[in-house]
Amino acid sequence: MTHYLLSVHGPAEMEEFGGYPSREAMEQSFADTGRFNDQLKADGYWVFAGGLQSATTATLVDGQGETPVVTDGPYLETKEYIAGFWVIDAPDLDVALKLAAEGSKACRGVVEVRPFDGLA
Amino acid sequence: MSATSSTTAQAIERVFREEYGRLIASLVRRFGDIDIAEEAAGEALVAALEKWPQQYPDSGVPPNPGAWLTTTAGNRAIDRLRREKLRDDKHRQAVDMYDDTPHESLGVFESNEDDRLRLMFTCCHPALAPEARIALTLRLLGGLTVEEIAQAFLVPETTMGQRITRAKKKIAAAKIPYRVPAPEDLPARVATVLAVLFLVFNEGYLASGDGEPVRSELTGEAIRLARILHGLMPGEPEVTGLLALLLLTEARREARVRHGELVRLDDQDRGGWDRALITEGHALVRECLAINRPGRYQLLAAINAVHTDAPTAETTDWSQVVALYDQLLTVDPSPIVALNRAVAIAELDGPEVALAQVDRLVETAPVLSSYHALHATRADLLRRLGRSTDAREAYDAALAVCDNTAERAYLTRRRGELV
Repeated sequence: MTHYLLSVHGPAEMEEFGGYPSREAMEQSFADTGRFNDQLKADGYWVFAGGLQSATTATLVDGQGETPVVTDGPYLETKEYIAGFWVIDAPDLDVALKLAAEGSKACRGVVEVRPFDGLA
Repeated sequence: MSATSSTTAQAIERVFREEYGRLIASLVRRFGDIDIAEEAAGEALVAALEKWPQQYPDSGVPPNPGAWLTTTAGNRAIDRLRREKLRDDKHRQAVDMYDDTPHESLGVFESNEDDRLRLMFTCCHPALAPEARIALTLRLLGGLTVEEIAQAFLVPETTMGQRITRAKKKIAAAKIPYRVPAPEDLPARVATVLAVLFLVFNEGYLASGDGEPVRSELTGEAIRLARILHGLMPGEPEVTGLLALLLLTEARREARVRHGELVRLDDQDRGGWDRALITEGHALVRECLAINRPGRYQLLAAINAVHTDAPTAETTDWSQVVALYDQLLTVDPSPIVALNRAVAIAELDGPEVALAQVDRLVETAPVLSSYHALHATRADLLRRLGRSTDAREAYDAALAVCDNTAERAYLTRRRGELV
């Protein structure tokens, strides 16, 4: 089995309905994502998942020097940032891609699938 | 090296290339690692070059070279794994599997064929970049060297080497599986494999760059791989269709270029067409018709069957060609298909009707203006309508984006002949 990070990207600043066109759309997506999560758990693929606060809430810490330097984040200035992710445990990439497609449909976003080099 | 021994070496290398895909595929199944498989195969070749001339002085090749290479490569891989004392579970399992297959059976059992099919799906996996799929397929299944693939696609050898290395690393790290996809995924995945073979063929048939206008090593390799795929999936009509399409196109290869200049279909010497390939292609098209599940490649093959069925250009059944393009447009509604349909319309309804369609097409699909065939088609239609000034402009536009030496020569001559 291999662990994969399934990440979803979203805009830096969330709009009123978290990037969804309406409250109904947002609630529907949340419900679909919740069902998808339950299915991941039931099928034994689930390791961990979560949604993140907007990228503007990120803080950078560089502790390589004598005293840590703390600055306002995020690390990279781009238009889109990781908005949430799943960590799954799947037998191979085909299974991971199939789950990613379901997750993408549920959360209404493009999902990036990336294998872990290892888990601590 | 004497003449005899260098001929023997060439014979051995030819056999090796012939067996390469099968060899790599079975090693990948056994050891679960492409790098180990490639290295062991390379060592088996070195061993063959050394031992075959001594052990088989008559032919220079053992009676079952595939089995010899598979056994030798397998042993080399085991040796290497033992030597390196790899602790990785996967490798230990692989070593534990040692001797699970008696070597007498290799090369004849069906599982061996399945191995190559699995490897094709791995090499053409949609998670790999399209150019990496092509390179991996030619390297692992076709047995072409990195240098040969780099030359064929006009990129530096280091670039091609990196492309292949990166793709192999992704296969290993992301765990791209080594298996035939599930039935529900099969049509889409087969389409990806067919697209790779078609691209390889086309790069050979209308080669880009300043070199040879046709690279027969690429068309030949695409056909060889399509034949293998057809043998492995005889019931998939699109696979049959692609093979038929490649054969019917390849049949015209010799007649298609004369003195370095492209010869258009209607000007070709039909006596120079390869009748054996045409007969085979027509039989495959009939096979597809009987299955009656038409698709893109089958329809393209059927169009080529109509052309190769006509003893002269004048006797071509153009209404049949247009009808097939209409059907093709429903499964592949691309502007390029529509452009080719317009070319057939010119024969059926005249150049004026065709030109109007082509010009409408450019309005709806501006992307066509960077496609040399669009300008070449317009140039030809304008020439036939006697509109020399417009035709000259169109030839210039075609020449500006055309990247094949033979086609450039043709367009240049035609432009010069305008009055």
